[in-house]
Amino acid sequence: MPAVSKGDGMRGLAVFISDIRNCKSKEAEIKRINKELANIRSKFKGDKALDGYSKKKYVCKLLFIFLLGHDIDFGHMEAVNLLSSNKYTEKQIGYLFISVLVNSNSELIRLINNGIKNDLSSRNPTFMCLALHCIANVGSREMAEAFAGEIPRILVAGDTMDSVKQSAALCLLRLYKTSPDLVLMGEWTSRVVHLLNDQHMGVVTAAISLITCLSQKNPDEFKTCVSLAVSRLSRIVSSASTDLQDYTYYFVPAPWLSCKLLRLLQCYPPPEDGAVKGRLVECLETILNKAQEPPKSKKVQHSNAKNAILFEAIALIIHYDSEPNLLVRACNQLGQFLQHRETNLRYLALESMCTLASSEFSHEAVKTHIETVINALKTERDVSVRQRAADLLYAMCDRSNAKQIVAEMLSYLETADYSIREEMVLKVAILAEKYAVDYSWYVDTILNLIRIAGDYVSEEVWYRVIQIVINRDDVQGYAAKTVFEALQAPACHENMVKVGGYILGEFGNLIAGDPRSSPLVQFNLLHSKFHLCSVPTRALLLSAYIKFINLFPETKSTIQEVLRSDSQIRNSDVELQQRAVEYLKLSSIASTDVLATVLEEMPPFPERESSILAKLKKKKGPGAVSSTEQEDGKREGGELNGGGERGADSTIAASNASTPSPSADLLGLRSSGPVSAAPPSAGSLLVDVFSEAGPAAPAAAVNDDGFLRDLEPPTESSDSLLAEGPGDSDSAPPSVVSEDPAPPMPQSDELLHKFVCKSNGVLFENQLLQIGVKSEYRQNLGRMYLFYGNKTSVQFVSFSTSVTYTGELQSQLNVQTKPVEPLVEGGAQVQQVINIECLTDFSDAPLLNIKFRYGGALQNLTLKLPVTVNKFFQPTEMVSHDFFQRWKQLSQPQQEAQKIFKASHGMDKEVLKGKLLGLGMALLENVDPNPENFVCAGVIQTKAQQVGCLLRLEPNAQAQSGEQMYRLTLRSSKDTVSKRLCDLLAEQF
Amino acid sequence: MQFMLLFSRQGKLRLQKWYVPLSDKEKKKITRELVQTVLARKPKMCSFLEWRDLKIVYKRYASLYFCCAIEDQDNELITLEIIHRYVELLDKYFGSVCELDIIFNFEKAYFILDEFLLGGEAQETSKKNVLKAIEQADLLQEVCCSLPSS
Repeated sequence: MPAVSKGDGMRGLAVFISDIRNCKSKEAEIKRINKELANIRSKFKGDKALDGYSKKKYVCKLLFIFLLGHDIDFGHMEAVNLLSSNKYTEKQIGYLFISVLVNSNSELIRLINNGIKNDLSSRNPTFMCLALHCIANVGSREMAEAFAGEIPRILVAGDTMDSVKQSAALCLLRLYKTSPDLVLMGEWTSRVVHLLNDQHMGVVTAAISLITCLSQKNPDEFKTCVSLAVSRLSRIVSSASTDLQDYTYYFVPAPWLSCKLLRLLQCYPPPEDGAVKGRLVECLETILNKAQEPPKSKKVQHSNAKNAILFEAIALIIHYDSEPNLLVRACNQLGQFLQHRETNLRYLALESMCTLASSEFSHEAVKTHIETVINALKTERDVSVRQRAADLLYAMCDRSNAKQIVAEMLSYLETADYSIREEMVLKVAILAEKYAVDYSWYVDTILNLIRIAGDYVSEEVWYRVIQIVINRDDVQGYAAKTVFEALQAPACHENMVKVGGYILGEFGNLIAGDPRSSPLVQFNLLHSKFHLCSVPTRALLLSAYIKFINLFPETKSTIQEVLRSDSQIRNSDVELQQRAVEYLKLSSIASTDVLATVLEEMPPFPERESSILAKLKKKKGPGAVSSTEQEDGKREGGELNGGGERGADSTIAASNASTPSPSADLLGLRSSGPVSAAPPSAGSLLVDVFSEAGPAAPAAAVNDDGFLRDLEPPTESSDSLLAEGPGDSDSAPPSVVSEDPAPPMPQSDELLHKFVCKSNGVLFENQLLQIGVKSEYRQNLGRMYLFYGNKTSVQFVSFSTSVTYTGELQSQLNVQTKPVEPLVEGGAQVQQVINIECLTDFSDAPLLNIKFRYGGALQNLTLKLPVTVNKFFQPTEMVSHDFFQRWKQLSQPQQEAQKIFKASHGMDKEVLKGKLLGLGMALLENVDPNPENFVCAGVIQTKAQQVGCLLRLEPNAQAQSGEQMYRLTLRSSKDTVSKRLCDLLAEQF
Repeated sequence: MQFMLLFSRQGKLRLQKWYVPLSDKEKKKITRELVQTVLARKPKMCSFLEWRDLKIVYKRYASLYFCCAIEDQDNELITLEIIHRYVELLDKYFGSVCELDIIFNFEKAYFILDEFLLGGEAQETSKKNVLKAIEQADLLQEVCCSLPSS
């Protein structure tokens, strides 16, 4: 073996690589690379002609830089020049650079092709191979155009060296893959096929890849390869482990070639010629027999090579699917692997058995392994192996074992990895439908599915259960009863509410005889879920309600009441509003007969292929759903949606025609002036929600919020230059600076927001001054300690501070400050106590002005005092039931403030919790059905009143836009509070 | 085979060979994704995983991960042995190969790979024959070869 000197004579390259490796940081690396690039550029551009060695060295450096991940936009010409060098290594580096870096549309391709052409015709096998490697590596269409005619000739020519033949075969394969139209075998076909008989194993190994690919495209032209392949395989299989010399790999004769031969045979049906077929079956039996022999080596390479052939043979047996004996033997062999200690073999056995399960000859044999496979699903530590086990269970499922398999899959779902849950859900849904003997089992299974993995239950799944229940009257009563029971759970998944709403709306009458599920009980149960649902579900529920009016006339007045409420009939969502208005009208105008006709029970759905099955077919492997597939899924969902909700929607569609455009609808709402009626009731509701406070104070300021704002001093908007960087203002002559308080600093709002969720910390800092804050609050009172630290070594004189609060704030807060010492020594700190009383809720913050002289210059800065309305929160613990009740009570549009915004600080759960606790509300656990969401409750204590507030924060880590989003909803008895809290909090997450 | 990647335990890419045409951007994306996926796997896990519509076969040798992407029909176990044979070739050529050999002689690692695999298929599986080809090339090193005058 040649001793390899590091860097192979290219010392400069080795030094450069060492330099890069020694770089401590990415920046240093980039710096070093840029230096090198500049150097190389100047060398290439220089007047002095470079010798071949230097050119090679620099091209090699460029290549190294490119492989590090940097862009290279020059040096191609020099690389092309190297191709015509008469030194082998220079030529070699030139080719390597081109293989790695040249893209097919390069203008250099003509020059490159020229170089290749020269080498191909050189008759020097080493050069020819280099040129062929380059074509195979680049594989561009231009190269195919130039060489596709030439290479087959080289491949079959009698005097071509073996190594060149090998390269030519695979080079041709690559060209065929990129430009099949340019590679025409025609007259060469038979000679290429006969390469399978070549003396040289390497030639056969290379040629068979080409032949396999060509056979797949033109099986008839190449079918003579079958008998040649069988005899070649037979010779290998029956050879002793030493016969093939260097082509024996860890005592396995020619494993790569064997696999490729078996693979080639899979392009064809079983051989028709009896002798050939007999010989092949013999081979396959020998391979299966060898699997039972003791291993010739303990090395994993030996068993891998041997088993690679075995799996390929089993693939061929499955492909033929005609030899029951071989199929059962294959199945038994795989059964042994299922319990092998090598994870790789268990994985492959599960995978391979999946295809065996679909053969009629081996299906029963596969089924005998059910316990092992279930065990694998439960105990395998690698999720990819568990996935295979789940696939196999799905494949081996039939009527006889469906209940067992579905039960196992359901129990696995509870702990399954997120990556495979959706697919598992689809599979369970399909099996449950396909093998349902009694449909009550089917209904139970799907409802369990929603309970266990509701988030992963796609629309298709619940549409399907509804289609089936509608179409089968023997299961309708059972479905109504079961879904009614499922809805009793305090936290139901929204999909459960959808199914429940639909089924009770259609078949609630079947269980209405029982006083425990009387019409009103059913309605109240559904309606208790209403407010936590999304708009589409609410819309579905409204349709269920109107169906109730038809089914149970006694619920009419209750439901009309609900429809008539502002939160429905004036809902900001146009779809909900329209449904409420139309259903209300329909129920009050239409006669019983008309109502019964319009709201008749759904007719059966036409039978069609299960949409779920279609969806699973599209899902090829976890996470493999491309964006187009997702779109397809949506389209399909939309179509079904139409089908699934036909009963309810047809009434809407009918009335849609008479409705003007949605915007006109909205204007109509506005003009009716409902808002003025709302606030008083909001005030009194407060008493109900937190039955502690006395009667609510008249919310005088509430409506005129906007007006009063205008009265505030317009300081905020004046962007005076002085306001910026008060720390720098010591350069300005003191006499010019006004003694009036400066306007608030531009960053004062940001500083204020920092303190929404915490009470202590540094409020402000520049080169001179640091202001720290400590604060505590009880009921409607607060005490704040401000610490002014002099960061310089010079004393501050005339130090004074003042807190101002004007306009609206004067009636909302009462702030008392104690004066501070006018002298702050260098390095010293003075403390100031501020007492705050909250009279009523407020939105703005008082201003804190600080003035002092430092070295003769007046310093004048204004901040916002970090007091926000949430500081006066008293946390309120409550259980789920109470929370929802109060949430519902606060359902008027103006009581709610909502924002949807991008996460600006990540979504760490603990950080979120910390912030919400810092807010001052009680963080309620086990209230929201979705554990990812946060809900909080608290009462704001002011002198005038107590304001109950509820909060819900819904993180969405994967919104459609790919960004992390939040939806924040606040409800409180006072609209200003909801809005202010919402604004403040939206800045926090 | 669609591509082969060699990367270190720290996630540094040491060799990349692409047998299908892809843009540089796509290559970088794939590399990033796969390096992350493979490095996250535990030692006893199986050497195969499904990724997009391909199968990934990988194996770790000392500090280096060898990772191949093959198509649905391809044989996982024989691919593992392709990796092993390539390691053997490197080992024989460099004399107990280590990561540094591949860093400093990256061009040799590419040349050896080209002799062994071409267009993503095994070209020559005999260790002797591959090394003989490389040896011959090395003998030509710096030796002037006169081009045939044409």
